[in-house]
Amino acid sequence: MKRNEAENKISDGSLKKEMRVRPIKHGTVIDHITAGQALNVLKILGISGTTTAVVSVAMNVPSGVLEKKDIVKIEDRELKETEVDRISLIAPDATINIIRDFEVIDKHRVELPLQLEGVMKCDNPNCISNTVEPVISKFTVNKKPVELRCIYCDHVISEGIAEHLI
Amino acid sequence: MLRHIISMKDFSNDEIDIILKRAKDFEPIARGKKSSLLSGKILATLFYEPSTRTRLSFETAMKRLGGEVIDLGPVEKSSVAKGETLADTIRVIGNYADAIVLRHPREGSARMAAQFSNVPILNAGDGAGHHPTQTLLDLYTIMRESSLSNLRIALVGDLKYGRTVHSLAYALSMYHADMTLISPKQLQMPDVIKKDLKKQGASITETTNMEDVLGDIDVLYVTRIQKERFPDPAEYQKVAGIYRVTVELLEKAPDNLIIMHPLPRLDEIDPAVDRTKYARYFEQSFYGVPVRMALLAMAMEVV
Repeated sequence: MKRNEAENKISDGSLKKEMRVRPIKHGTVIDHITAGQALNVLKILGISGTTTAVVSVAMNVPSGVLEKKDIVKIEDRELKETEVDRISLIAPDATINIIRDFEVIDKHRVELPLQLEGVMKCDNPNCISNTVEPVISKFTVNKKPVELRCIYCDHVISEGIAEHLI
Repeated sequence: MLRHIISMKDFSNDEIDIILKRAKDFEPIARGKKSSLLSGKILATLFYEPSTRTRLSFETAMKRLGGEVIDLGPVEKSSVAKGETLADTIRVIGNYADAIVLRHPREGSARMAAQFSNVPILNAGDGAGHHPTQTLLDLYTIMRESSLSNLRIALVGDLKYGRTVHSLAYALSMYHADMTLISPKQLQMPDVIKKDLKKQGASITETTNMEDVLGDIDVLYVTRIQKERFPDPAEYQKVAGIYRVTVELLEKAPDNLIIMHPLPRLDEIDPAVDRTKYARYFEQSFYGVPVRMALLAMAMEVV
């Protein structure tokens, strides 16, 4: 791959878009994020106003497939698997582009795992996983529509998933 | 692998049939015939919530099979009161007993206990979650007093909070029963459960009127509207006593109808109904003994 594909996608067409987000040398571009979820993606990655990392966020960018999408670029960082799992919950169509020396060296779509461990909090307040017991929350995942079923209490979470992320 | 008994969802139809068949074999012992099948075995009962029928029928089942029972006793007098976690209690008791019966107020507690236990866990109710031994004794009652094939059953009362009816409805869907759900609007079965049942291929009809369906069913399963589940007492008053099975109501009932109730009852079944040919709720509570015998024997791998 010759050149950062995600960069090209963002910059193709107009000069205005080119100015919106500059190419990065090393890092990760998370593209095709469900519109409106970029700030939740930042939250998952632990990026707040006090970060020292170079981060670019684009929201509601016109996109062929999704009509509009969000994009997050983070310099000098590659994502952990648990972070990708979390992102897949709120942005199931997102793509992860790993950039080294301005080139995309890996590009893949996020994929919802069949089971999620320690990623979400069960929203049933009476669930045993919400107590002092030494247990980690665990959910089985239904992909379409996204539904998470607690393996302990059988409670199903289908809405407001971002609010339940640990 | 340990055979825990946590939820009806862990059982296949074949497994349920085997348990029901074994329960029938155990019935003479439940009625007093001597047995030493579980001689030398110890069952621990851990009840973090009050229980009469479930606890006593488990104890009866174990003792009639020649086994011994140890009991945690009132929670406030045990190490639980000192703040011990359930996970630790289970690991400790598992070193004393061959199986543990657990009732706990938190949903999912039995599933978690199974992860920490080196002996089988038998779930005797986890909050508003599962109560599989009740469901199995309900199925057994239907098998003995009516029939599980081509069954037409109506579930009446609190279908929103009642864990018994959720587990039972799930199990009945495995037998392709024709189910009628009778409840006031505010106590209808939760959508997520109905969705699960439909996924299993269940046939479900919902209504608020009990009288209309009596002529077309084989089993009327009545439940108590539980006052303790209502956040607002005024809401309870609106639905309390809404369904009442009386001798007069049963005038239209077919001869082969049976009436079941997990007990305790309040006023939802008039005591005069007890003397009719339809009443089966006391037989139902007896059947808890042979069914729990079958489960204990299975969990302790002696049959």
